[in-house]
Amino acid sequence: MATPKPRVKVPKTASAGEIVTVKTLISHEMESGQRKDQNGNAIPRKIINKFTCTFEGEPVFSCDIDPAIAANPYFEFAAKVEKSGTFAFEWVDDDGSVYTADAKIEVN
Amino acid sequence: MKLTRREALVLSAGAALIAFAGGRAGPAFAGAAETDQAIKDFTGGTEPQSGRITLTAPEIAENGNTVPVSVYVESPMTAEDHVASVMLLAEGNPNPDVATFHFTPMSGEATATTRMRLAKTQNVVAVAKMSDGSVYVDRKEVKVTIGGCGG
Repeated sequence: MATPKPRVKVPKTASAGEIVTVKTLISHEMESGQRKDQNGNAIPRKIINKFTCTFEGEPVFSCDIDPAIAANPYFEFAAKVEKSGTFAFEWVDDDGSVYTADAKIEVN
Repeated sequence: MKLTRREALVLSAGAALIAFAGGRAGPAFAGAAETDQAIKDFTGGTEPQSGRITLTAPEIAENGNTVPVSVYVESPMTAEDHVASVMLLAEGNPNPDVATFHFTPMSGEATATTRMRLAKTQNVVAVAKMSDGSVYVDRKEVKVTIGGCGG
């Protein structure tokens, strides 16, 4: 499969102390390990098992993921912003690869 | 033995029922006991209360491969009093764990939305653990038309 492509949506601007909605999506097949191929062999599990979001190094939201999360895992959550800065997002794959994305927000 | 049409119909309906019941009781699915155990492991034995947490899920999910669910927990989300984590469980999946969300005071609001897989019609459970150790739970039954765990 192609390299997972992360997508994030964060408002460009916010007022100080505002709670903004953050939406993230990453393309990934999330192979559950329950399915079998045509010959009846189990297809090995390969999922994203951890997602984290930090703001200027401080943890905002994280998630431990099990195979019951649908393909192309989507997460929507809230974040409180007090100052301008960058959100950093990180997805950890079962095979150890890490996919990252970031988004800037301006506080006025 | 010669079957009339009526007898044949009754027999096949019975066979289908047995197959269905067998499938439900089979070891492939987690069941309520395993779910309760997972909740206990998560809460450390604290008795869950109802209230404060709201789990939103569709009543009927046509496609079990991607079912939108969201959780919301009432909390001031300050350093002293916030929601530490929320665990999502599905009683009828091969493995009850779905995901565990971890919040911080930086979250501002303890809310999260994702899309999950459901193997069949079942209860979805959300358990919230607060920073003071109290535990809240909410359940929703979701009817699934097409299961989402492959075959």
